[in-house]
Amino acid sequence: MKKPVSLTQEYIKGLWEINPIFKQILGMCPTLAVTVSAINGLAMGLATTFVLVFSSVIISSIRKIVPSQVRIATYILIISTFVTIVDLVMKAKFPELSKALGPFIPLIVVNCIILGRAEAFASRNNVLRSFLDALGNGSGFLIALLVLGSIREMLGTRTIFGVQVLPNQFTPWMVMILPAGAFITLGLLLGFANAFTKWQEQKNKKSVLVR
Amino acid sequence: MKKTIHIISVLTLTATISALTLASVNNWAKPLIEENAIKAISEAIFQVQPSAKSYEKIPLDELKAFEVFDENKNSIGYAVVHQGNGFQGTIKLIFGIDKNLERITSIEILEQVETPGLGSLITEENYKNQFRSLSVNPVINLIKGKSKTADNQVKAITGATISSRAVVNIVNDAIRILRKYSKEEK
Repeated sequence: MKKPVSLTQEYIKGLWEINPIFKQILGMCPTLAVTVSAINGLAMGLATTFVLVFSSVIISSIRKIVPSQVRIATYILIISTFVTIVDLVMKAKFPELSKALGPFIPLIVVNCIILGRAEAFASRNNVLRSFLDALGNGSGFLIALLVLGSIREMLGTRTIFGVQVLPNQFTPWMVMILPAGAFITLGLLLGFANAFTKWQEQKNKKSVLVR
Repeated sequence: MKKTIHIISVLTLTATISALTLASVNNWAKPLIEENAIKAISEAIFQVQPSAKSYEKIPLDELKAFEVFDENKNSIGYAVVHQGNGFQGTIKLIFGIDKNLERITSIEILEQVETPGLGSLITEENYKNQFRSLSVNPVINLIKGKSKTADNQVKAITGATISSRAVVNIVNDAIRILRKYSKEEK
């Protein structure tokens, strides 16, 4: 028997416990490519969350009528529909942002987070839980991208969201807005995340011993 | 058999709903996207031909070019959108040129994916300003390291020769096509 998970937990777990970037290490391609600035990270995070939430809800609500042989094909159809909607809306309403993110919006189709959550969660749980799970994972992804984008933009161009945060005396680290900067920053963040998890585990162990 | 029909009907239904949704979204978005593109182009034209008041497209296949007019509807020159290969990908730019195809008014880079910090410096004023009233007779020349000796020379950006040369080549190519066109016209 699986122990029941509370609804809030269903959302919260995506933020840290199974964070798509820091814990599942999924969706690395957009993560590394678009996070040259905070606004790009935010836009990519929002677009992915939108697709994730809507496709999870739809997939969960039709999970009982989709035959297992064609489930992946059906999921991809649903996901790509939402991705195309996002792409068109962004082109129509936010042309600048759409230009900055380039091909990475259409590429949300193949983002493993979305198919991963559809396969691992939405196809086995009810609509409400799938909605919360998708929202949690989306938020986790968004936060990670925002942190990554902010750090890279700050060190690479002295700004965050286009607002100058570092003094002019600071020489921008050009490498931070190049692909190498993405790998360095992500590597360090993953390292910190792992160290923190280990530290937490040890603390829990100790408290068990004391008891 | 029953299973097969089930599979086919689920996939068909999903695809149909998806197609219908996308068609309606596209219906709404298409005019907006076109409007954005036109707005971007006209903004760029007035940027490279600041004294222009109106423009008209020139019927050319190889080149997207516009003839620009002042307030009295006199032709004062051209604005040309052209693209070519840069260091990593396509560079798309727009430049303005006078009526006799002799001097460039100004240049703007519309799209580029050059290396940030090196090739991407082609979008900075330092580089673009070199094109202000630059002579294109007979062509624009790229020089490296030394200082300018003639008024048809552009200095390459240190560490980004390929990107600098790409911009010059794109402009030269566009002017070549435009010259051919204006000869035919006369």
